[in-house]
Amino acid sequence: MRRMGTPGAGISLPRWVYVPAVLGGLFVVLPLVAMAVKVDWSHFWSLITSTPSQAALLLSLRTAVASTTLCVLLGVPMALVLARSNGGFVRAARPLILLPLVLPPVVGGIALLYAFGRMGLLGQYLETAGIRIAFTTTAVVLAQTFVSLPFLVIALEGAARTAGSDYDLVAATLGARPGTVWWRVTLPLLAPGLVSGAVLAFARSLGEFGATLTFAGSRQGVTRTLPLEIYLQRESDPDAAVALSILLVAVAAVVVLGLGARRVSGWSAT
Amino acid sequence: MAELHVAATVAARRFDVEFDVAAGEVLAVLGPNGAGKSTALHVIAGLLRPDTGIVRVGGRTLTDTSAGIQVATHDRRVGLLLQDPLLFPHLSVQANVEFAPRSRGAGRADARAAAARWLAEVGISDLAGRKPGQLSGGQAQRVAIARALAAEPEVLLLDEPLAGLDVAVAASVRAVLRHVAAAAGRATVLITHDLLDVLTLADRVMVVEAGGVAEIGPVAEVLAAPRSLFGARIAGVNVVRGTLDGPHVLRDADGTVWHGTPAEDLTGLPAVVAVFSPAAVAVYRDRPAGSPRNCVKVAVAELDAAGATVRVRGDEQAGGAPGLAADITAEAAAELRLAAGDSVWFTVKAQEVALHPAARPTRG
Repeated sequence: MRRMGTPGAGISLPRWVYVPAVLGGLFVVLPLVAMAVKVDWSHFWSLITSTPSQAALLLSLRTAVASTTLCVLLGVPMALVLARSNGGFVRAARPLILLPLVLPPVVGGIALLYAFGRMGLLGQYLETAGIRIAFTTTAVVLAQTFVSLPFLVIALEGAARTAGSDYDLVAATLGARPGTVWWRVTLPLLAPGLVSGAVLAFARSLGEFGATLTFAGSRQGVTRTLPLEIYLQRESDPDAAVALSILLVAVAAVVVLGLGARRVSGWSAT
Repeated sequence: MAELHVAATVAARRFDVEFDVAAGEVLAVLGPNGAGKSTALHVIAGLLRPDTGIVRVGGRTLTDTSAGIQVATHDRRVGLLLQDPLLFPHLSVQANVEFAPRSRGAGRADARAAAARWLAEVGISDLAGRKPGQLSGGQAQRVAIARALAAEPEVLLLDEPLAGLDVAVAASVRAVLRHVAAAAGRATVLITHDLLDVLTLADRVMVVEAGGVAEIGPVAEVLAAPRSLFGARIAGVNVVRGTLDGPHVLRDADGTVWHGTPAEDLTGLPAVVAVFSPAAVAVYRDRPAGSPRNCVKVAVAELDAAGATVRVRGDEQAGGAPGLAADITAEAAAELRLAAGDSVWFTVKAQEVALHPAARPTRG
């Protein structure tokens, strides 16, 4: 289907709209600039390569990758079930599943603690089985997954609804079993939505603070991710906190700009 | 050989339809929007489970509600072609056509060979490497046809496959459909709004109205004496059947010669139809000496006044086809003092007469 026109062409916006738009833009950019000018650039390298900083950065990257993977494995099926099912149960479950989107992360951390903690609903059985989750790196990954999953699901569900099920239908008439349709038609068509959803989830995981602190604590090299390290350093070594903040901004920017902005080439939706 | 038998009711849509399509036959389905044409296709394809009913193809039962049988869509061997070609946008043309053989477990080489064969069949071998986004509407629909046929369906369902195309493109894709439809003993069901599709592709026609079969029969019969409102509306044009006698000339069963304009390439096609509107026909008492190329003597069978227009209907054509019709003004009819049984001359310009390939040389 052809679009009616390119955005921005033709009818122009009323001029006053640009005033709040520019103000909003400045509001977002100004704090970042303020932080950048505060950085002690002469010691920047040594600040971000100190042992605790290195440990925090590596832990952040490792856990964010793990939680993003978990989000994709769980979130893709969730998004398609939500997009395709019209059953009352699925419709009722939808707001519940997306709740972490609006929940304060600290509350999420407490909830996780009562589910997977030593005395938790599920945690007490895991404890007897010799599995301890709370205050381990696994807990960091679970906390990040808990807050990031709805982001991926909601992005992908929208893409799945837009794509519709016509292609799947045609594939079925061509003799493809549901499994074949899933791998060869449904998923490839969702690839652009999946990439942006995964980037969103990764960025959210990278910045996760509240749920991680509550559910996983702050042990160097085990559960102390970059945001936690920054918060800790802010008291003892503000220069290090600013340098690490800039580092976090840079990592997030590389991910979002590098993956998110890149158009998935090869085909264009018709 | 796979004849199709359908008998199904869907209470929620007030749908109650029963019909058969023989192996190698094309059944055109006409009817107003919402009459149940698409519902019929969905029932056959297994996308909709009827409340009661049976769908049988050859010896296979695809749906039998009394026995609790509902074969999944992917096991039905029922091909579907819609107005939107719905080519998989992430796959090349070649991979699109290979999709069905691959899904059925064919090897890479076999699938490749099948795709090459079907792409050649629809005349677009040179486009194999393209992505669907790089195709025109007509090319995309050809690929969709090749892709559907590569699944070797026993039943082919066509839901207005030409509706989204320009007239000229539609004509060329129609030629492809005529070439492939009904081959290999396949039963084909074609939903359409276009009389040309009926004339050039179908053996029989079914008119669906308000969820039921209003009438069904051979194309010529239904068009000659439509018993349904929709049939009557669509049958309102003049159709002359005959053989090609020169690039722009049709010779009918009486030996009368008709000059027309070919709507598509007719070379090598023995059976053609000439189609023209009754409004394009002028009526004279005596043979006129004017420019119109076509001038035939007609015995008036009946006169039918509708508002300011009078339809002059001639006697049956040779072979039982409906008599030619001319729409003239009431004044002109009064001036000519026409009455049933009179002998008059019908004239029509060659430019107004479209020549199309007939669906079948022998039947209809």
